[in-house]
Amino acid sequence: MEYANLRRQAASLKRSLFDQGYLDEQFCQVEDLQDEASPNFAEEVVSLFFKDSARLVANIEQAMEKYPGDFNRWDAHMQQLKGSCFSIGASKMSNECTSFRNSCAEENAEGCRRSFQKVKREHAILRQKLESYFQLLRQAGPARTATRSGGK
Amino acid sequence: MMSCKGLGGEGSAAAALPHVLAVDDSSVDRAVISGILRSSKFRVTAVDSGKRALELLGSEANVSMIITDYWMPEMTGYELLKKVKESSKLKGIPVVIMSSENVPTRISRCLEEGAEDFLLKPVQPSDVSRLCNRVLR
Repeated sequence: MEYANLRRQAASLKRSLFDQGYLDEQFCQVEDLQDEASPNFAEEVVSLFFKDSARLVANIEQAMEKYPGDFNRWDAHMQQLKGSCFSIGASKMSNECTSFRNSCAEENAEGCRRSFQKVKREHAILRQKLESYFQLLRQAGPARTATRSGGK
Repeated sequence: MMSCKGLGGEGSAAAALPHVLAVDDSSVDRAVISGILRSSKFRVTAVDSGKRALELLGSEANVSMIITDYWMPEMTGYELLKKVKESSKLKGIPVVIMSSENVPTRISRCLEEGAEDFLLKPVQPSDVSRLCNRVLR
């Protein structure tokens, strides 16, 4: 019963992440790669994403401080972050990365700063929501398949 | 094709699968493409740079296909493609390029240089199935 309840909560949280635009179909593609050999594949990939993206966000912050007005450099760093967002289906964050890159193309430093704050905010929100999601899945335990007792 | 079931354990079964070398500087993308390739029943080695890819290709004789990101620091996927195609030992290995950007001039440049295909990221399992059926079977 508890397992079913936790699974329902996880499913509901995931649905809300899609409904609110935090995630897109690519996230399902990543989850679909899970199998018996890699039962925690999605969580591992997401964990890699947050480790990598934290580093990339720090790189961008540093680049904006050390190289003011070097829009090419800022853009190159953000391109990497956007690519990672694409790969796990982090659509809201990806959209903010695009806004930043658009500001770079316009050489709009203030626009870049505003977009970058939004990137960081979306990053923090997504991390918290996905941590909750995977925590629910871990508490629920591995998916159980229905068994027939004493059957034909 | 040799059956992989019940023959001498995991080692020989794995060795019977086509071996794909995945090259991407992003750890996330390496994990995803490796997952897709493994789910399509390929043996995968993933490295983080063109330089490491060439080192492995120099020592590992049995690579059936290379799938590489385009944008990587120090050596791009295009530069890796060129080096593979310039090598008498390696030029027969199919090379596929991946990129998150749809830049027609980039795509045609890679295809002209001998790339088998150019995939837009995020790469889907259906992309890999279609590609591997064409290139490896």
